[in-house]
Amino acid sequence: MFEDLSSKIEKAVQSLKGQSRITDVNIAETIREIRRALLDADVNLAVARQFTKDIQERVLGADVLKSVQPGQLFTKIVYDELVHVLGEEKVDLNVSPKPPTIILIAGLQGSGKTTFAGKLARYLKKENNRNPILAAADVYRPAAINQLKTLAEEISVPVYSIDQKDPVRVAKEAVAMAKALALDTVIIDTAGRMHVDEAMMDEVAQIKQAIDPDEILFVVDAMTGQDAVNTAKAFNDAIDFDGVVLTKLDGDTRGGAALSIRTVVEKPIKFMSTGEKLDALSPFYPDRLAKRILGMGDVVSFVERAQQEFDEEQAEKLQRKIRSDKFDLTDFLEQLQKIKKMGNVADLVGMIPGAQKALQGQEISDDAFKPVEAIIQSMTPEERADPNLLNGSRRKRIAKGSGTSVKQVNDLMKQFSQMKKMMKTMSKLGGMGRASQALKSLPFGR
Amino acid sequence: MSWLEKLGLKKKEKLEQGVEKSREGLLNKLGRAFAGKTEVDAATLDELEDILISSDVGVKTTVEIIDRIEARVARDKFVTQQELQGMLREEIVALLREHESGRPAAFDAAFDHKPHVILVVGVNGVGKTTSIGKLAHMYKQAGKRVILGAADTFRAAAVDQLTIWSERADVEIIQQGQNADPAAVAYDTVSAAVARGADVALIDTAGRLHNKKSLMEELAKIKRVMGKVVEGAPHEILLVLDASTGQNAMQQARAFREVVDVTGLVLSKLDGTARGGIVIGVSNELDVPVKYIGVGEGIGDIQLFDRESFVNALFGEGGTIQ
Repeated sequence: MFEDLSSKIEKAVQSLKGQSRITDVNIAETIREIRRALLDADVNLAVARQFTKDIQERVLGADVLKSVQPGQLFTKIVYDELVHVLGEEKVDLNVSPKPPTIILIAGLQGSGKTTFAGKLARYLKKENNRNPILAAADVYRPAAINQLKTLAEEISVPVYSIDQKDPVRVAKEAVAMAKALALDTVIIDTAGRMHVDEAMMDEVAQIKQAIDPDEILFVVDAMTGQDAVNTAKAFNDAIDFDGVVLTKLDGDTRGGAALSIRTVVEKPIKFMSTGEKLDALSPFYPDRLAKRILGMGDVVSFVERAQQEFDEEQAEKLQRKIRSDKFDLTDFLEQLQKIKKMGNVADLVGMIPGAQKALQGQEISDDAFKPVEAIIQSMTPEERADPNLLNGSRRKRIAKGSGTSVKQVNDLMKQFSQMKKMMKTMSKLGGMGRASQALKSLPFGR
Repeated sequence: MSWLEKLGLKKKEKLEQGVEKSREGLLNKLGRAFAGKTEVDAATLDELEDILISSDVGVKTTVEIIDRIEARVARDKFVTQQELQGMLREEIVALLREHESGRPAAFDAAFDHKPHVILVVGVNGVGKTTSIGKLAHMYKQAGKRVILGAADTFRAAAVDQLTIWSERADVEIIQQGQNADPAAVAYDTVSAAVARGADVALIDTAGRLHNKKSLMEELAKIKRVMGKVVEGAPHEILLVLDASTGQNAMQQARAFREVVDVTGLVLSKLDGTARGGIVIGVSNELDVPVKYIGVGEGIGDIQLFDRESFVNALFGEGGTIQ
């Protein structure tokens, strides 16, 4: 894994200790580090240069060195500037006052347009109570229409398609169909196209002209490199899109392309897509991406995933149990299973800042929980409620039953009692259910 | 004119077209960097660094290349721009790995094994299925009996997509529909390849982000079961990288190599403006050759990768660039 930028800045700023003020000369190395980190995160060279120039001007003005922790302040300046450039506020989709609202989706091949179209339809239906229809205007890629139909079936959304290779007609007729069926939203999936392919770029411009969409979304793979600037410019010139969608953010890419696109075309990023399942779509949060670009983890996403699995009421109940020292192995097993439901454990760990480093390359797999589960499942209900019952012979039986060793059983019991102590202390400090509280104490929590 | 010659001609045109844009960019920039100068100075090297970074070569590999050139320039004292260009070419070509004899890239070459089993892997949307369609066509044209395996059973309609390619290329396909066990499809494909006397079996897999552990383990399993049918299979594991991908391609390559021991790279979508510079670092670090480049959406739009032409195409044919 990369060393995150904040620790690089920390180190670079160390060398400034003892200097009375920041000058162009003594800051050069730090600025260089920042520029390299941005380039490693796939920020376009020209954009990275402009960005670091702005940072340099800002730190020259600020009394960075006089602060208690100059490294942190410096990092915060970089972070704030990133959030600023990425767009402070989230920008919603344009909605037509007169239905249907027409949304056109365009982008390069393989950027994830069709999957996004399905996700957007689901999102608008579930979150915004809208009734969308999907239009299959990707008439070129083999089976693209089937792909859209399969996705649409999963979320019970109608798809409009025709047999002819005429995307303009598909788009037009889908809009007419929406009107006839009184559906309030049309989402048009188009074929992937290279921005240098003039005929194809003309085609998407024609689709735009024919249906006059309310919202045009440019879908871009978050892993894109230096070329992101060229493609975004070309698509913007051809169809003057309204917003950007970043896909495949569930990978470990830094996503610097977003910063490049934002700088070059000055269009808001509206959605981010974070998984293969149809519900893996969220509005764009600039602060999260800024942290990613800086390699600071994505705590907010982690907490959100957690909140999906743990509801308030359950959390309250759990807290009461912990406070009154009644948290037992049955509860523990339940919590383990919930954590597993949150997704791949390794992915989750990746979202916690510093966790990767702390583990020092140690593998964390979903299998790590397996022996623990087996051990608890081999206990009687009484044993689970009161671990003090576990004498030597019971432990031997449990080890046998779970296919583990007595040592593993002993280790687990030791860990469990330590954990209980820790949980009690934490619950005294103030609710572990309220994750937002914990977030605020983090350096850059929202 | 034989079809091979036609192919050769087409190949050249396509490569020219494919990298034209990138070459123009580099040429202009290099031209500007060297304009009015007769020897290499620090500013020229800085400019060179920018050019490499802009081609997605990456900071680490770029610094390596520049350092080596710097050392050579320091040793030779006086270096002209032509010499610099020559050095640059040499250094980049040296970083790109050579093909191994056991795994020929040429479509008409003889294989050591029958069937020669090729597993195709990569993250989502890089063009795995399309590349397989093109490869199938090329092998078929070269007189080989080809069989495809639709082991991408996850993405909606991926099986349909590969089936259409199999019809276009006029080759056989083994499929069990969507949501089937991909390892079972892979197993059946290799078995069928043996039973039907196929020369080449190409197995498609679902796109998977390299940081998803369970999906990567699934891939390892797919690979394992193939070895149970034919010893040593798969004989080739091709990792498809999208030319427009940035530095993340390195992590992709590392992760895939760790799980399935990648033996070759396919650089797709070189028909845009992206330069695909990341393959230089990937090929060097992973010690695997780039085998094919994808240069369009047509069935014939795939070419054997040639190091010299790749570098020449990037920096322009011929000696001088002013």
